Amino acid sequence: MSDPVLDPVRFVDERTAAAPLLKKALRYLFPDHWSFLLGEIALYAFVVLIATGVYLALFFEPSLAKTVYHGPYAPLRGREMSEAYRSVVEISFTYKAGLLIRQTHHWAADVFMASIVLHLMRVFFTGAYRRPRELTYLIGLALLFTSLLEGYLGYSLVDDLLSGIGLAIGYGVLLSVPLVGGPLGVLLFGSTFPGRGVFESRMYIAHVFLIPALLAALIGAHLALVMARHHTQFRRDARHTERRLIGVPMFPGQAPRSLALMFAVAAVLFLLGGLVQINPIWQWGPFEPWFATNGAQPDWYLGWLIGALRLMPSFDVVISHYTVIPNPFWGGVAFPLVVLLVLAAFPWVERRLTGDRRAHNLLDRPRDAPNRTAFGVAFASFIFLVFAFGAADRLYVLFDTSYETLLTIFRIAIWVVPAILFVLTRRLCRELREDDRIEEDREAAITEAAEQEERLLAAGRSPFP
Amino acid sequence: MIARIRQALLALLMFLYGARRRRRAARESRRAASANGRGGRIVPAGAPDRRAENVVIALLLIAALFAAGFIFLYAWYSPARSPNQLLGVAIAGSLGFVALALAVFARRLIVTEELEEDYPRESPAEQREIAQLVRDSGSRLTRRRLLLGAAGTTGGALGAAALTPALSLGPLWDTSPLFASPWRSGRRLVDAHDRPMLASEVEPETLYTAFPEGANPEELASPLAVIRLQPSELRLPAGRAGWAPQGILAYSKICTHAGCAVGLYRKPRFPAVEPGPALVCPCHYSTFDPATGATVIFGPAGRPLPQLPLTIDGEGHLRAAGRYSGPVGPGWWGVRSGEVK
Repeated sequence: MSDPVLDPVRFVDERTAAAPLLKKALRYLFPDHWSFLLGEIALYAFVVLIATGVYLALFFEPSLAKTVYHGPYAPLRGREMSEAYRSVVEISFTYKAGLLIRQTHHWAADVFMASIVLHLMRVFFTGAYRRPRELTYLIGLALLFTSLLEGYLGYSLVDDLLSGIGLAIGYGVLLSVPLVGGPLGVLLFGSTFPGRGVFESRMYIAHVFLIPALLAALIGAHLALVMARHHTQFRRDARHTERRLIGVPMFPGQAPRSLALMFAVAAVLFLLGGLVQINPIWQWGPFEPWFATNGAQPDWYLGWLIGALRLMPSFDVVISHYTVIPNPFWGGVAFPLVVLLVLAAFPWVERRLTGDRRAHNLLDRPRDAPNRTAFGVAFASFIFLVFAFGAADRLYVLFDTSYETLLTIFRIAIWVVPAILFVLTRRLCRELREDDRIEEDREAAITEAAEQEERLLAAGRSPFP
Repeated sequence: MIARIRQALLALLMFLYGARRRRRAARESRRAASANGRGGRIVPAGAPDRRAENVVIALLLIAALFAAGFIFLYAWYSPARSPNQLLGVAIAGSLGFVALALAVFARRLIVTEELEEDYPRESPAEQREIAQLVRDSGSRLTRRRLLLGAAGTTGGALGAAALTPALSLGPLWDTSPLFASPWRSGRRLVDAHDRPMLASEVEPETLYTAFPEGANPEELASPLAVIRLQPSELRLPAGRAGWAPQGILAYSKICTHAGCAVGLYRKPRFPAVEPGPALVCPCHYSTFDPATGATVIFGPAGRPLPQLPLTIDGEGHLRAAGRYSGPVGPGWWGVRSGEVK
């Protein structure tokens, strides 16, 4: 007798012996909290990136060979440009739905990075990175920085003016790496920037194959580790403990919810791609090394690096006419490395400072760890201020304050504001905790009074003396 | 007409009656389910909800309609009529209604269980077993360190050999391209249309971009920022006498900080109260004083822009009179020690 549900299951199990594993996976429990969805949003943005990226790769021409544009966009007609730039203008104007897919790809990259950063903040402020999940956390950090590079290469490929300026700065930063920078720049570009066109195809293979493959592997490892140790949870009532996990099973409860989120993320991204213009490369024109404009801004997730390059005072390490470390190293290499190191070392530093070496499955609320929360807020505000200064050439138009004044203000603010926020946040956390304690005491007293009353009534005595 | 109204009323009545019966049936089955308890099920039974089913079916069909609309728009419109927005709304609508359908499905038609289980624990017995397994397996080895050393050596050598072909990417450990420049004594300055530049055409208060005649303009050392100042304003470093005929100055247009083009020229409109002329890079606002040999007066750059000595030939054209005063573009380890070739 045939059974439309059992038969395929039997078919699979017969050939893989995977039924016990599959059953376990279907009943894997997901604790419920809105903030747990941030990582999922990143995952689904990645799915959209792959789908739209495959489409774009079919039409993109990774070549800096010169050509002349004859397409439908009149202002560029007759302009000499690279094949790469021409092909992206054609994706935007000649191929049906090309602009939609290109803009969706770009929006998806921005949303991908944003959700990773928010997810990192959630993990940080709730202490989810603690033992036994340090590896998951480190892989997450690797994902963040690899994605940053992936996004940078993606918009550097187009060879419009904005992307070329970004690539020139990247080249300057690469050259500034002590000892190896110069030779490495010459090796990768095959010559000096902008090179003889070889770098374009090298970026292309990195952007469409090497780094996405690395990202996919890291995402796989990240998820496998999450599943191996199971998800953390908040203590919402006494049933939630370090040992006991409460959640909705993958099937049937969680699967349609998660799928709904995937479709919703894709819907929002395509809506943005359709309705909200992003990186109109036809307005920037093709890149030439001798062009640069005021007010050029990179994608948001690179703003903190531009800000660091701008904030850094003029300072090359020179030993009697011999340059050892040129300036871009500080903002472009040292600063992100320090941020990465601080984030990566944090679980171990915290463990040493607090002496708490236990494994944790229960999450902290931010107020439960005032020092961690205060440090996190201070560190995030430091990076945010550096990021904000990356847009200083827009700020001075906005506030009508000279660039020099803004520079002075920000050079002070990036140290002072985090210090103030540290003190304020710690105080706030402690007071919130104090409030909680008072509230708990009050509730305990009420419960106790009620019990007393009942006891007295049961004994036939009046509770009112 | 009246017949039609009667028919409509009848249909409405039938519909309401049917709806009530459906609701009653749902109530009954819910009661039955709760009476049954779990009764051998894995997932507890839930009450059917035909209205939610209707909603899900409707949402899915709307999503299908939007998807069909996307195909229609794709076929019908031409890119010139800018269908990007409509295409986006169509596909996003389809995806969005699927998301809604799934959300209603998850909320109303799936039993949401809240289950408990233990967090996975460590397995100390297995840990010890694995360690013992590894130790026992090596019982025949007498010189473990030596064997490990040999394996490590081979691993390193093989790894290095596997990476060696990557060196074909470019010249290895060679910074000479960074010192190269197409500028030679006597080479004419041309504009973007390959027209030789006349000294008489260089106006004050304007920034010109010049290239070496007959060379690749896209090399980093090619583009020059050319400006004219009053010869009396100039305070060039020692040894650069005669580098700026008639006050015409030529500097590399590539910023020595991070390689952007020094594309902005700050020319004071009221010289009495405003700071003097300056070449400014719009990327990180390194600012160079052209009167003093493009020394850095603001911003993160560490070196002045390299200056190219100029001369004016018999026809009045600008020519290079030598080589740059220093290496072009962003710095690297040892940039100050080399000569431009």
